[in-house]
Amino acid sequence: MHALANPTRFMRLAGTILPWTIAAAAVCLAAGLWQALVVSPPDYQQGETVRIMYVHVPSAWLAMFIYMVVAAGSASFLIWKHPLADVAAQAAAPIGAAFTAMALATGAIWGQPTWGTWWVWDARLTSVLVLLFLYLGYIALVNAFDDPERGARAGAVLALAGVINIPIIKFSVDWWNTLHQPASLTRLDAPAIHSSMLVPLLLMAAGLFMYFLAVLIIRMQSAMLVRRSRALGRVACGTAGPQA
Amino acid sequence: MKAKHRRLTFVGVGLLLLAGAAGLVLVALEDTVVFFFAPSDLQAQERAPEGRIRIGGLIEQGSLERGGTPIRFRITDLKATVQVSYRGLLPDLIREGQGVVASGLLVDGLLEADEVLAKHDENYMPKEVADALRRAGTWQGGS
Repeated sequence: MHALANPTRFMRLAGTILPWTIAAAAVCLAAGLWQALVVSPPDYQQGETVRIMYVHVPSAWLAMFIYMVVAAGSASFLIWKHPLADVAAQAAAPIGAAFTAMALATGAIWGQPTWGTWWVWDARLTSVLVLLFLYLGYIALVNAFDDPERGARAGAVLALAGVINIPIIKFSVDWWNTLHQPASLTRLDAPAIHSSMLVPLLLMAAGLFMYFLAVLIIRMQSAMLVRRSRALGRVACGTAGPQA
Repeated sequence: MKAKHRRLTFVGVGLLLLAGAAGLVLVALEDTVVFFFAPSDLQAQERAPEGRIRIGGLIEQGSLERGGTPIRFRITDLKATVQVSYRGLLPDLIREGQGVVASGLLVDGLLEADEVLAKHDENYMPKEVADALRRAGTWQGGS
């Protein structure tokens, strides 16, 4: 991590990695979509509706994973003053919010034919909705201050407090009775998910993860250019404070 | 170095306190966080619950009468059962042996449901595999 603390070195490394993440995302998503929509069989109970899972489940995984990235970046920013941590956290948050919204939307579309309802207030669905609000609150709070440093600090505290929600989402299906089914992949006794459905699921997950990395790098690059141009503006105007 | 450690302790202790508070709240809310009760939960309770209630379990084999209105079936958790009557359309997945959550008013031990939701389990497999597993006798789920 400390080797990446140097912004110039990070920019150079990010520029090298970026094309590879884009290529990997394109390959995995193309193969994953082909597997999910064409090759994989319909489910014995849900029929064709099962194909929604190939978008829904990776979106939900990424929604939680990206929140951990935001929280880890926030902790690193608050505690160790890592110069890139708040850039990473702020760059990741809108991507995470988008994946959370995607998980909620695809879940509703799947729930209507399968459960018979778009939405219920069970522990899993409600805690994921709270996750979406945490993302939106974080984004709003970070941008609510004239001084970016103060915004980053306030947002980081909110992001860290919201970490409590992640284990609640993960274990909600085990701790309480929920309409949402428990995890299929972490079960050891067969059958939970057949390999013909597991392959497209993992391909889609890998593709969306690479997509996240690519968008994260692009957003971090542009955020650092903004930061640099702001610093140059301050030098040119001969003032040290932020410009209104 | 010292300030860094102080911040680390501050964040760590803050998170621990928050986790403790959240844990206490969730334990206190246990009965309101659960989405449904099992039939045996109802038996265990001293008095009948008032107001709307959700009951979840499996549709007992041989209990589903689809013909007339209301539709009748029994929800079981293999320890206790609750008789349900329901006016409305059932989700496609509903069949005997299927997981179900019915909500409505409990009148003299009979649930007059106004909503019936199918509960999907965590098994995903092609039809042929499900058939093969059932033939081999290693798994009895679905129907």
